[in-house]
Amino acid sequence: MSVHSVLHVLIVLVLPPLLLGIVNKTKAAFAGRKGPPVLQLYWDLAKLMRKGMVISSATTAMFLAGPVVSLTGVLIAALLVPLGHHPAVIAFPGDMILFAYLLALGRFFTTSAALDTGSPFEGMGASREVTFAWLAEPAMFLGFVALARMTHSLSLSGMLAGDLAASPQVGLGSIVLIAVAWFIVLLAENCRIPFDDPNTHLELTMIHEVMVLDHSGPALGAILYGAAVKFLLFAALVIDLALPFTAGPWIDWLLFVLAAVLLAVVVGVVESTMARLRLVHVPKLLVSASLLTAFSVVFALDR
Amino acid sequence: MNTWLLIAAIGLAATSGVPALCAGPSKRWGRSLATAMQVVAATCGAAAAVLVLAGQSMPPLRVAISPLVPAMTFALDVLSAWFLLPVCVLCACASVFDLGWRAGGTRVPVFLGVLAASLMALLAAQDGIAFLVTWEAMALAAFFLVATDHHEREVRDAAWLYLATTHASTLLLVAWVGTMAWSTGSFAFTTLDPTVPAAARDGLFLLALGGFGIKAGIVPFHFWLPAAHASAPSHVSAVMSGVLIKMGIYGLARLLWLVPTPPQWWGVTLLALGCVSAFTGVAFAIAQHDLKRLLAYHSIENIGIILLGLGLAALGRATDRAELFALGLAGALLHTWNHGLFKGLLFLAAGATIHAARTRVIDRLGGLGRKMPQTAACFLIGAVAICGLPPLNGFVSELLTYLGLFSALSADGATAPLAAIAITVLAAVGAMALLCFVKVFGVVYLGAPRGSVDPAADDGGPALRAPMFVLAGACAGLGIAPFCVVPALQTVIDDWPALSDAAGGLAALAPATWISVAALALLLGLAVMLRALRLRRDPAQAARPTWDCGYVRNAPSIQYTAASFAQQFVDASRRLLLPRTHRPDLDALFPGPRRFESHVPDVVLDRLLLPALRGVAAGCNALRLLQRGRVQIYVLYVFLTLLVLLLLR
Repeated sequence: MSVHSVLHVLIVLVLPPLLLGIVNKTKAAFAGRKGPPVLQLYWDLAKLMRKGMVISSATTAMFLAGPVVSLTGVLIAALLVPLGHHPAVIAFPGDMILFAYLLALGRFFTTSAALDTGSPFEGMGASREVTFAWLAEPAMFLGFVALARMTHSLSLSGMLAGDLAASPQVGLGSIVLIAVAWFIVLLAENCRIPFDDPNTHLELTMIHEVMVLDHSGPALGAILYGAAVKFLLFAALVIDLALPFTAGPWIDWLLFVLAAVLLAVVVGVVESTMARLRLVHVPKLLVSASLLTAFSVVFALDR
Repeated sequence: MNTWLLIAAIGLAATSGVPALCAGPSKRWGRSLATAMQVVAATCGAAAAVLVLAGQSMPPLRVAISPLVPAMTFALDVLSAWFLLPVCVLCACASVFDLGWRAGGTRVPVFLGVLAASLMALLAAQDGIAFLVTWEAMALAAFFLVATDHHEREVRDAAWLYLATTHASTLLLVAWVGTMAWSTGSFAFTTLDPTVPAAARDGLFLLALGGFGIKAGIVPFHFWLPAAHASAPSHVSAVMSGVLIKMGIYGLARLLWLVPTPPQWWGVTLLALGCVSAFTGVAFAIAQHDLKRLLAYHSIENIGIILLGLGLAALGRATDRAELFALGLAGALLHTWNHGLFKGLLFLAAGATIHAARTRVIDRLGGLGRKMPQTAACFLIGAVAICGLPPLNGFVSELLTYLGLFSALSADGATAPLAAIAITVLAAVGAMALLCFVKVFGVVYLGAPRGSVDPAADDGGPALRAPMFVLAGACAGLGIAPFCVVPALQTVIDDWPALSDAAGGLAALAPATWISVAALALLLGLAVMLRALRLRRDPAQAARPTWDCGYVRNAPSIQYTAASFAQQFVDASRRLLLPRTHRPDLDALFPGPRRFESHVPDVVLDRLLLPALRGVAAGCNALRLLQRGRVQIYVLYVFLTLLVLLLLR
């Protein structure tokens, strides 16, 4: 195991809560508030891990399987994504499909756990989550298609870890389109504004937060931590495309962390300057993300 | 030796109904003996298939029943052996399940035995005559099984519809065998000579697409399938969905085997039909309210996924890309197994659930996971597998198909855009299958009971549970250790006629070891996570109900139902699904009780075929002017005919 792999695992485990802290700090700055400390999520997680849980009498084992399976799936998926142009810890032909399907496995169990509570609100959230994921999935896969065509590679590391800008087959236009589309998918999959408001007070309008209303203690901690890691993974996909060049292994790590922080600020800015979309308009934005990647595929096929 | 194993398997299976018939419906020993014979038959058949897949060749067996009919030849080759294994597994499982089935008579054991025997013989058929005879035996046995509960009108309708469509399929296949015999000069299944004119080959393909397409349930020939699968007893549906419709896939694969270098448009057609079937199947599945109809529509989806692999294999042969052929064929063949296993499992679990809860309507169920935890766990395994999620078997075959499609992106011409479309469809279909199965599993097994659930519902006896455990174990085993089947897949690929080069090692193309690593990492990670999180109820807290968001009158009936869960999707795709809704009109500020109904009829059967056929029937009514029902008038017709003939002479 090389030193870069160790660094990869460390960044995946340690960095994610910081990014969400930065998002919240940015939002607070826009609102003229002081906001919670940047490290707040670490303290929250530490506190939740020490707590006991209240479990609804309506639930079965599925209720706890939800957070456990989705966190495990996200952590294994994290081993497949190249961070800052370093090949991922695990790379093999077809690993992008494993990546997408591990996240889908988490979604299956999270939404089932929501239905396990028997609450209509959690059912609403679960229904929205799986319906919007259906619209986001083509955008992800069309991006993979364009990248596979341009890089002749069938693994995430082969598609994203190389020096994309220097490669003659790779069109920068396609890269930009995919990066924008995947940024939209990042916002949708991580339940940020304009898709979902993590801080809303009305259960009727929530997607993700309403699915986990009944979880508490370590289970809630696992959900929050898993969400943070998922944010980092999608951020890594966007950053690999947004900075399509390499500048030496150590500088790349530094650039990656800086870019992740910057992306968190950008997400904070987006959240502060936009309103949440009405639920009926959410599919339109996701379809436009798919169309952007479809155009990138057309450009890639033309080369 | 494998010849004798196959003969024993077919003979035992065909006669397994005899003890049940002799004993009559009231005696238990008859059905037990029938099941025992079926299990032994399945073991023999599976052993023969494994021997053939391991490289042992089988000498052909010639059967001459009458001087009028050409002698029939039976032998297993590796392709038919591959399809034979799931037949044996599922027929044995269904037969055991039948023992635990309360409403069992002698009908199911008798015809299940005939069906198993005819399926085995069909796969072993090596010439056109044998193929047609066994095909018809299979179709008729399945008809009697579908019509098991024939005292219900709905079941009779489904059975007649099945009988009519399966005979349309047989008719096309008679033409198919005839065309083949005409162009090769014999009934034997041998690789077609390159000198056979292209028009004859294309005709063969179109006839096969119709004949096998009806059996496999390819859209738009799928219309018989939802009703038949919903009306048959659940373990019969498991066999029908798991292996019987796969005979259509076997036929198409056999055609590609007979015509080893197909023209490019065959592959394109198969890919296009695969996309349409997969998408339409799952879209209609999401909109269903009947548990078994929903599973039936998922069979159409999975047939579509298999066709994607098959089409890719045909394209690979047409464009001489060995790796596309290997990955496409491996994906299609493995998905045939996998779909048999997880769909069989889902139908058996659904059968046990319906058996306990006495309704198939999803929205009337709920909270059954507490009453029947083992059945719920089995259904969950099947649901995760059918969504193609790791670490189960569905993921492996979908990954192979994906890999083949991604490899096709580097091709020139129309192949790359087609592959891009197929990948997008496959991804969307995966997400839709997830939506559908979260809906079913969540509404049926989780949450609170919705009222009409039998309080005494439970997991049922060991005969109901054992077959589910076998199938669930197979799903997990193939998902965790796919490298075990790679050599067998390689054998089938290598056996393909007229292969220019050894089609690349599948072992090198398919990341079977990595799949195992990922699956084991996932299971290990789950175990570690469970320990690390110390998930336990706070002992200081009493049992509490679910947080009701401040709503004080919480009741099970306000839970999300299957219809409400799928509503956003159904609304978004109403142009395809054409749902029929009956909305209440709310005319006052405080309206009284109102009804709301919505259902999604099949677009081909209910919107196209039935109206067209009603038109034909109305047209034929005009002819009834001639039919007066009086003998004198008919004698007059005879006289007039004779007169006309006399005048014409």
